[in-house]
Amino acid sequence: MTRTSSKRITGWRALLRDARFWQIAFQVIVVIGVVIAFSYLASNLQRNMARSGIDFGFSFLQNPAGFAIGETMLSYRAQDAYSKAIQAGIVNSLRVMIVGIVLATVVGVTAGVASFSDNWLLYKISRIYVGLVRNIPLLLQLLFWYLAVFFGLPQPANQIVLPTQGLSWVTLSNRGVYLPSPAFTAETWTGAILLILALLVGGLMLRSFNALRSGSLPPDLGGWAARIGHVAVILLILVIEYFLLFSNSAEDQLFFKGAVLALFSSARGIWIVVLMLSAIPIALLFKWRNYALVEQGETGRKQTIGLVILAVVDLAILLFALGWKTPEVLESGGVTGGLRLTLEYSALVTGLVFYTGAFIAEIVRAGIQSVSKGQWEAARALGLNSGKAMRLVVFPQALRVIIPPLNSEFMNLAKNSSLALAVGYPDLYSVATTTFNQTGRPIEVFVVMMGTFLVINLLISLNMNQLNNLVQFKER
Amino acid sequence: MTTISSRPADTKPPQNQTSPLTWVRKNLFNNIFNSILTIVLVIIIGLALRGLVLWIFQGAEWAVVTNNVSLFMTGLYPRDLYWRAWLMLGIVVALAGFTWGVVGRNLGSLFSRNVLMGLALAALLIMLLPITRPNAPRLIAYEALTVAMAWLGQQAGRKFSGLGMKLSIGWFASYFVLLYLLAGGDVRASVLYFVGMIAVSAIAGWQLAARVSLLPKLGLFEKILLFLVGFIATYLVLWYGSWLLGVEVGLDRASTSKWGGLMLTLLLAITGIALCFPVGLLMALGRRSQLPIVRGLSIAYIELIRGVPLISILFMGQVMIPLFLPEGTRPDRIVRAIVGLTIFSSAYLAENVRAGLQSIPRGQTEAAQSLGLNTPLTMSLIVLPQALKVAIPAIVGQFISLFQDTTLLGIVGLVELLGITQSILANPSYLGDYAEGYAFIAAIYWVFCYAMTYGSRRLETSLNNELR
Repeated sequence: MTRTSSKRITGWRALLRDARFWQIAFQVIVVIGVVIAFSYLASNLQRNMARSGIDFGFSFLQNPAGFAIGETMLSYRAQDAYSKAIQAGIVNSLRVMIVGIVLATVVGVTAGVASFSDNWLLYKISRIYVGLVRNIPLLLQLLFWYLAVFFGLPQPANQIVLPTQGLSWVTLSNRGVYLPSPAFTAETWTGAILLILALLVGGLMLRSFNALRSGSLPPDLGGWAARIGHVAVILLILVIEYFLLFSNSAEDQLFFKGAVLALFSSARGIWIVVLMLSAIPIALLFKWRNYALVEQGETGRKQTIGLVILAVVDLAILLFALGWKTPEVLESGGVTGGLRLTLEYSALVTGLVFYTGAFIAEIVRAGIQSVSKGQWEAARALGLNSGKAMRLVVFPQALRVIIPPLNSEFMNLAKNSSLALAVGYPDLYSVATTTFNQTGRPIEVFVVMMGTFLVINLLISLNMNQLNNLVQFKER
Repeated sequence: MTTISSRPADTKPPQNQTSPLTWVRKNLFNNIFNSILTIVLVIIIGLALRGLVLWIFQGAEWAVVTNNVSLFMTGLYPRDLYWRAWLMLGIVVALAGFTWGVVGRNLGSLFSRNVLMGLALAALLIMLLPITRPNAPRLIAYEALTVAMAWLGQQAGRKFSGLGMKLSIGWFASYFVLLYLLAGGDVRASVLYFVGMIAVSAIAGWQLAARVSLLPKLGLFEKILLFLVGFIATYLVLWYGSWLLGVEVGLDRASTSKWGGLMLTLLLAITGIALCFPVGLLMALGRRSQLPIVRGLSIAYIELIRGVPLISILFMGQVMIPLFLPEGTRPDRIVRAIVGLTIFSSAYLAENVRAGLQSIPRGQTEAAQSLGLNTPLTMSLIVLPQALKVAIPAIVGQFISLFQDTTLLGIVGLVELLGITQSILANPSYLGDYAEGYAFIAAIYWVFCYAMTYGSRRLETSLNNELR
């Protein structure tokens, strides 16, 4: 030992050669650096806020806002509190996001599938649409839609009425776009949005339920921690569900009625609930039919008939029970009835849908391309025509590749909806900016806004992950 | 298929002799549904094209564009400083031409028929388009400069090897030269001088260490010490020397509030891209790190930033950065904008790079480690080059969206290309000319974004050494 000690490195030199030392030292340095940076910034913030005489807190949210919101579904008035203004902004944002995501998916999948069409013209149109829209900034497109297209619509006196003057289903003028719609009150609409939200949130509970029920959690400390975590998630979601479904505006500091209260207060609202509930027997029947077809080798006729009957009933409810109203053109050029979309909302949704749709089209195209050519050929060899081959064989397999990037595209749409500010639509971001300008409280407003966007994105992301689990390869 | 050639030597694939008629039948009218679709589409496209052409040549009032070209390009940049903008363009064009020549040094002739036709077309457009016609002589001279520099670059590239590396240093240096040309002011207070001082000092220190260590045998520690001595001494001399001399040398100052238009957009985009790449790379490495604290911080950064809209981060940059700094320090608006853009883009870039890193099999790392490379060397020599190659399309995609995102700075008050367009369109004499103005800048954005996509595709094919 002593003889070789001249070659051995001892003391601090040995420490310097030890990888573990460097790993710990590096992390300590990082922590110290971050702590110093944050405390420096925080002390500056404190000093700056003390100088301007603002102390941190959210109590200002109870003060009257005093500004009007152009369009709102929450019967907001200027003398209401800031917290109500912000909730109105959130509902407005959700309105854009939900409609935008649905329409962008439709546009994107259509364009993506069209790029595989054997019609050269359709293929070219799809490619040109994607190449054009993706390479132009979204904000520019929004401004174009708003100022050049929707603002350029004719005066109400000679508005565009589709399909014909006598049969007015859609009217376009620079006062707004009128669409046929069920005769819902604002409360019913809000209730419907809340019900969708409640379903999305409720979906998250399933994962925790499954994890608890499956019994795959180990009986050690970590397993119990996971169990407690899952129970906590379920309890939290139950509380949120209570607010979304049963809260009453007067008691709960919230300015909307819970979905159940709102929907069950009118006949049409009840029909919405019935429609949404009918999804359950449809899903069960569909599963049963698949089971009968695949496992038992039956024709699945009974189930198909059941499905058709349910679909007809649903369609009847949709058409007749919701009290559809088409816009009516008055002598003066004005329009009554139907759903009025403001120019701001129309421009925002149109711009977002076409922009995001182009990205989704590329995702769908890449997904379909990822399915090996043999699958196409096999499907054709079985006698399926190209439409059926796409629908039954290729597209389901492509979904595995499509859904993860689709998730981030949906989140992008949600985040991009904050560009509403540029076209003057009062979404969450624009309401928050006004609140900040009036109160001079950037930190609090920013925290509220950031928290809301994070929650919305989390909601989208978790739900898409569940969908992703459904379409993944089930491997043994 | 049906004809089997009697001569086995004839192995060429049968040539697809398609007449236009068979092509049309095959691609447009191959069944009833497609035929109907084609007819409907032709009618719709025909009507749309007719409307578009009529609008371009009759309906549209292009005065809003042709009268304001200089505003679109440079914003409110002072008129008597336009020569500096032209000089900047000249430098970029010359460097680009030279680079083109060096890259194409192994081609027989740089100017193939297609390139020549492209050049001729560009010259023709410059002379014919109303927006470029007033500056046609200068633009054509620049085109000639590009061609001349390309020829020069080809000759130089053939003569000197390793010019590529020096060229990238040239681009790097040109950024600061251009920045100085843009801003002007006292040379001694400029970024250009600062970077120049550091470069000169580093060279001096390195030379000192290299020269002195030739004489006796010095250890690494002493060498580093010598380098530091040389560096600091030169730096101090340059710094104090320049102030002691007391001569104020420099161009006229152009305040940042005068920067605008396409010029500002490009400045923001290039600076943002240059800054977000290293930050994003570090964050991606941090997220893949074995060290829990580093990984946790990286994840927190990436996920927080990716969860909020860009506009709110820019808002934070404009409103909240001053709040977090000591009293009185208020960075320039453009600096704050670039900080916001960089923070946002680097989080997305980190995810793109991480995807690339994940695609590299573990065996690569293990092989590198078994060769005795430590972690930084394994990363920089083995893993990153492969990972970045995989990630090129995603990274360029992120750069493109950063370029597009500069438009959002128009909302927070910078007059970049979209911002200046907004203020031009607010001019009552161009009332309602929205479509014209937006169409013009949309074309500009489209050209830049498409060029980036095209470049990334070329880079991808040239780096793809798997299936050659």
